[in-house]
Amino acid sequence: MRKKYNKNFLVGLYRTMMRIRICEESLVEPILRGEVKCPCHLYSGEEAIATGVCAALDESDYIFGSHRSHGHYLAKGCSMPELIAEIYGKETGCSKGRGGSMHLIAPEKGMLGAVPIVGGTISIALGAALASKIRKQKRVTVSFFGDGTTGEGVLYESLNFASLKKLPIIFACENNLYSTHLPIRECRLQNNIFKTGVPFGIPGDRVDGNDVLKVYESTKAAVEICKKGNGPVFIEFLTYRLRGHVGPDDNIHGMRTDIRPKEEIERWQKKDPIKRYERFLFKNKILVKQEVEMIRKEVEQEVNNSFAFALSSSYPKEMELTKYVFKE
Amino acid sequence: MSLKNRKLQYSLAINEALHQMMEIDESVFLIGQGVKSPWYVGNTARGLLERFGDERVIDTPVSENAITGAAVGAAIAGMRPIVVHPRMDFMMYAMDPIINESANWHYMFGGNSTVPVVIWSIINRGGEQAAQHSQALHTLCAHIPGLKVVMPATPYDVKGLMIAAIKDDNPVIYIDDRWLYNLEGDVPEEIYSVPIGKGIICKKGKDITLVSVSYMAIEAIKAAEYLKKEGIDVEVIDLRSVKPIDKELLFESVKKTGRLIIADCGWKTCGFAAEISAMVCENIFEYLKSPIARITLPDTPAPASFALEKVYYPKSNNIIAKIQEVLKWETK
Repeated sequence: MRKKYNKNFLVGLYRTMMRIRICEESLVEPILRGEVKCPCHLYSGEEAIATGVCAALDESDYIFGSHRSHGHYLAKGCSMPELIAEIYGKETGCSKGRGGSMHLIAPEKGMLGAVPIVGGTISIALGAALASKIRKQKRVTVSFFGDGTTGEGVLYESLNFASLKKLPIIFACENNLYSTHLPIRECRLQNNIFKTGVPFGIPGDRVDGNDVLKVYESTKAAVEICKKGNGPVFIEFLTYRLRGHVGPDDNIHGMRTDIRPKEEIERWQKKDPIKRYERFLFKNKILVKQEVEMIRKEVEQEVNNSFAFALSSSYPKEMELTKYVFKE
Repeated sequence: MSLKNRKLQYSLAINEALHQMMEIDESVFLIGQGVKSPWYVGNTARGLLERFGDERVIDTPVSENAITGAAVGAAIAGMRPIVVHPRMDFMMYAMDPIINESANWHYMFGGNSTVPVVIWSIINRGGEQAAQHSQALHTLCAHIPGLKVVMPATPYDVKGLMIAAIKDDNPVIYIDDRWLYNLEGDVPEEIYSVPIGKGIICKKGKDITLVSVSYMAIEAIKAAEYLKKEGIDVEVIDLRSVKPIDKELLFESVKKTGRLIIADCGWKTCGFAAEISAMVCENIFEYLKSPIARITLPDTPAPASFALEKVYYPKSNNIIAKIQEVLKWETK
């Protein structure tokens, strides 16, 4: 593994996961204090997916996200200060305070949008891939969606059309085992999301979504398939959210929003993608403890700066309430 | 250069707009069910496939939600797609990409992205097609902030509004009516736009303002011509755009005539006619000399039987009767 990748790349993955984790966890207190009011669906525990997928993409490649997209946005190289400012509803946010946590965008980085309608961006990603095909651009589009989305009809319509037109699109399903509060076993009879594309002639892969290098490798292979004109590809990433559906609440048995067995959460905490990757880096002598600490400090500084930027920014002006309804 | 008095059919005027815009702008493409089928969309797609190929003239499986979303996504990625719904009713499957996504997109991302998509749908009234092949749902679309809605009534407007819709940086719902497809009228050969949000006075008059849209503009003109012989001078307005509404034109006319009747091709309750009526009452009530009247569909799904269709769809005689009633009001 060491020989395959250079140190900068491997450390870069670690840094991205740390940026997501520390940024997400830094929202917990402001949410509990009522300072952050918009619904925040934290990505803690799923960092390896956004990080591994986006590492396999070029800046010009497109991604679309969902309600839980802070991680996708950061992994694609978008601005953390603009993310925090958006969550605080400030004019300096990536959506000028009109979107909040669930509406993230940075077209210049290929992050074309995240919205909270479940499955809403699948067909939109399909269209972005269609645009690349019509313009004969070597550009891949990734549609991120959760396991709950497999209940939406638009997914199947989109798989059929993508396959018919051989579109350069990767359907990236993040299976964190829960659709809001409903366990996946109560949403579907069979545990076979990765086979969703098979009836449409789309190859499917099931990947340990807590192993950042496996995520990267499967995505890299999918990107190559798409860039050769043999897309689409469907990948199911198995993972688990360490926080609740929305906000910091862990949804543990015996608590207010009781849904998940304590043992299940503890089991997954042991599979924490960051701790796991850290062990790998230590074992292969890519990083030593002091370097990890240094990265942590740097990231904490970036997060602090982002919050300072957000808190010192202005709210949108009341007189601009109806700005942006139409492009003038 | 335009040939004077060149007559063209409504459907062929759309076809000409599509040919011309696809020719000058490589980002324009057509997608939807039946774009290869001459039967499905009349003559509107004639010759496009042969000229521009199947990468830009894309016939699709029946999957309105995904295909409309794909058009929205392609627009977000910098194209100017036109997605067609040959039966407006089936477009209801695509309400998520239309309402949740395209309409909100520019706003919810603070202006950081735009959706220059044309969502073209066709009202297929009559012919015993019944409730699910006939609905005029423009009011539903016009209710949503961020959508523009146009309903051309003439061959001139159909070409000019299609071109304006393609050039617009916002999602435009472009609705036409199969009853208009064979209508002939003057259409310049060159590329021209009819501005979205601007209505037109089809016939000047001083006694009453008759506001209409889409196919009802044709019935309105017929009614006005008949009443002229009776000595009643009706001013006919075709608003052309359901949203934005040309308030200035509407208010100027009502200020002049003091009376208003609205002929819409949709239903009555919470409908487009109700909106026009409310706008006038809110803004220039003092100019009204009599109550506002509305000609609409009854609040009933469309029946199949020809016997019932006859009474379901209002025609010029209904408008005539209503105008005569309104004009009597003062003398009561």
